[in-house]
Amino acid sequence: MILRRILIANRGEIAVRILRTCRQLGIEAVLAASDADRDSVPARLADSVVRLGPAAPGSSYLSVEAVMAAARAAGADAIHPGYGFLSENPVLARACEAAGIVFIGPAAPQLEAVGDKLTARQHATAAGLPVAEGGEVADAPEAARLATEIGFPVLVKAVGGGGGRGLRLVERPGELAGTVEFAMAEAAAAFGDQRVYLERYLPAGRHIEVQLLGDGDRVIHLGDRDCSVQRRYQKLIEEAPAPGLDDHLRRAIRGAAADFGRHLRYRGAGTVEFLVDPVRRAFYFLEMNARIQVEHPVTEVISGVDLVAEQIWIAEGNPLRIAQDDVLLTGHAIECRINAEDWTDGFRPCPGTVAAAVFPVGPGIRVDAHIQPGTPVPPWYDSLLAKLIVSGQDRAEAVARLRAALGRCEISGVATTLGLHEKLTASPEFEAGGVDTAYLERWLSPLAAGGGRG
Amino acid sequence: MELTSEDVLDILRLLDGLPYNELTLETASFRLSLRRSADGGWTQATEVLAKPTVSADSRDPTPASTAAEAAPASTAAEAAPASTAAEPAAAGLIDVRAPLLGTFYRAPRPGAPPFVTVGSEVEPDTVVCIIETMKLMNSVTAGTAGTVAEILASNAQFAGQGSVLMRVKPPGD
Repeated sequence: MILRRILIANRGEIAVRILRTCRQLGIEAVLAASDADRDSVPARLADSVVRLGPAAPGSSYLSVEAVMAAARAAGADAIHPGYGFLSENPVLARACEAAGIVFIGPAAPQLEAVGDKLTARQHATAAGLPVAEGGEVADAPEAARLATEIGFPVLVKAVGGGGGRGLRLVERPGELAGTVEFAMAEAAAAFGDQRVYLERYLPAGRHIEVQLLGDGDRVIHLGDRDCSVQRRYQKLIEEAPAPGLDDHLRRAIRGAAADFGRHLRYRGAGTVEFLVDPVRRAFYFLEMNARIQVEHPVTEVISGVDLVAEQIWIAEGNPLRIAQDDVLLTGHAIECRINAEDWTDGFRPCPGTVAAAVFPVGPGIRVDAHIQPGTPVPPWYDSLLAKLIVSGQDRAEAVARLRAALGRCEISGVATTLGLHEKLTASPEFEAGGVDTAYLERWLSPLAAGGGRG
Repeated sequence: MELTSEDVLDILRLLDGLPYNELTLETASFRLSLRRSADGGWTQATEVLAKPTVSADSRDPTPASTAAEAAPASTAAEAAPASTAAEPAAAGLIDVRAPLLGTFYRAPRPGAPPFVTVGSEVEPDTVVCIIETMKLMNSVTAGTAGTVAEILASNAQFAGQGSVLMRVKPPGD
């Protein structure tokens, strides 16, 4: 089956990214836009725009009913959900199936298998992957027993969470009962599922993930990414391949991810995330994201594979056209997320209007953005404005190019994280590579204490 | 027509050998400005000039032609209610204003009791509400000690930056 008209049920840079591939493939792209996005850059680039609903995401980008109505109005034969919003929602996948519209993503049962984080843990164990010690807890006393067994610190995670949401760190036994009760109430409100589970926390772990492509029969990987530069479980800088990983560990992590995909008979693009203990040279399954990810460009740059094009190819019902041996990873790529946040003021979000947006251009530089002078940055959605992706023959060249490229970025009208990226990428720890997930908070703490940092 | 990033690199290769530091290319649908910066590298500023083609409104039976002529999307600033100019506070009351624009919530989560109600005693650091902006929850504190006298904003409604959310009566009045 050949897809001729795709509805993009998303916004921002990922909508622009999907549009670009549609254009290259000669597929008509219709954008479903909320009232806040009717004049957005992706709306201007799309072949046409369908009104999705009001600005509030609950009645537009998060509404299965609104998205399906837009797809019918557009006469689309497929929906690309992007990331976030409804991208991993099995209800949308099933609604598409019922309406005879192709959902560009995995089948509903696979979304369910990895969307419930406890089920995902069970699948990981069944596929032979190591998981961090832990398990489901029904109440505070049960949590206390399990936490004593696995030792503090522990993470309390919402079964319906994921992507850094619904996570709480407990460092001392005295805080556990209160946090578990609060986390259950919060999970019930946020995810409609109050179940939580505990997991041993690794204070100096690294976040490493593996990109998969599957056709329901065969599964291949496109190497690993390191996303350890994060704050409150939100990634800021990602790179591929993960720096300073020995070959044995790297092979084991990539192999484990592919095993997991095969176990699920995975179909589409997906990412298996791991927590890596560099000291013990051990790794643990965290979760799987059954969609395209924000940081997918670093993999595209070093593999030469257009992941959105492969998603569409697979959604058309074709078998994978890339064999594992065809995957050649060359060079090194780093991505900086440029968010509308004032990082000097607790990363306060800064909605407003973009006055100027100047980006570097040249060899080894890719910019995925959705802003231009006059673009509103509405308060209803996430704060990602642009991603700067810079590559080189090796990491040193990529870092050097990245520093120069950041110096040529200029965004005004709203506060951004650009200054943070300039300082972070100039730090000796980042230059050395292989920082852990606590690195950014450690680096920020002298700033928070008012000590300043050059 | 738009340019691909490969097209832009081709243009740069031409420019690199020429004594020009700036090039602006404009068509009906886009504007591209390339500039040589101090470090010898190039920058680009692109602007998509084409207007969106609104094909259909999935929820509203308005004909497509009318929809296409509809006013451009309201910007965040325009969407914010002009409650900054709300009626002046009664004498002696202190305003609690939204520190940033976003959605006003009176309770920490749906179904939970509100942080404060009219008559609640507050201290300067008492959390009185939440403003949700860009998927982040920001607690708002009273900023002053006293008793909550009025709550002006409605739950789950949009509040502009600096708009008056509630008013507090200082103690001893």
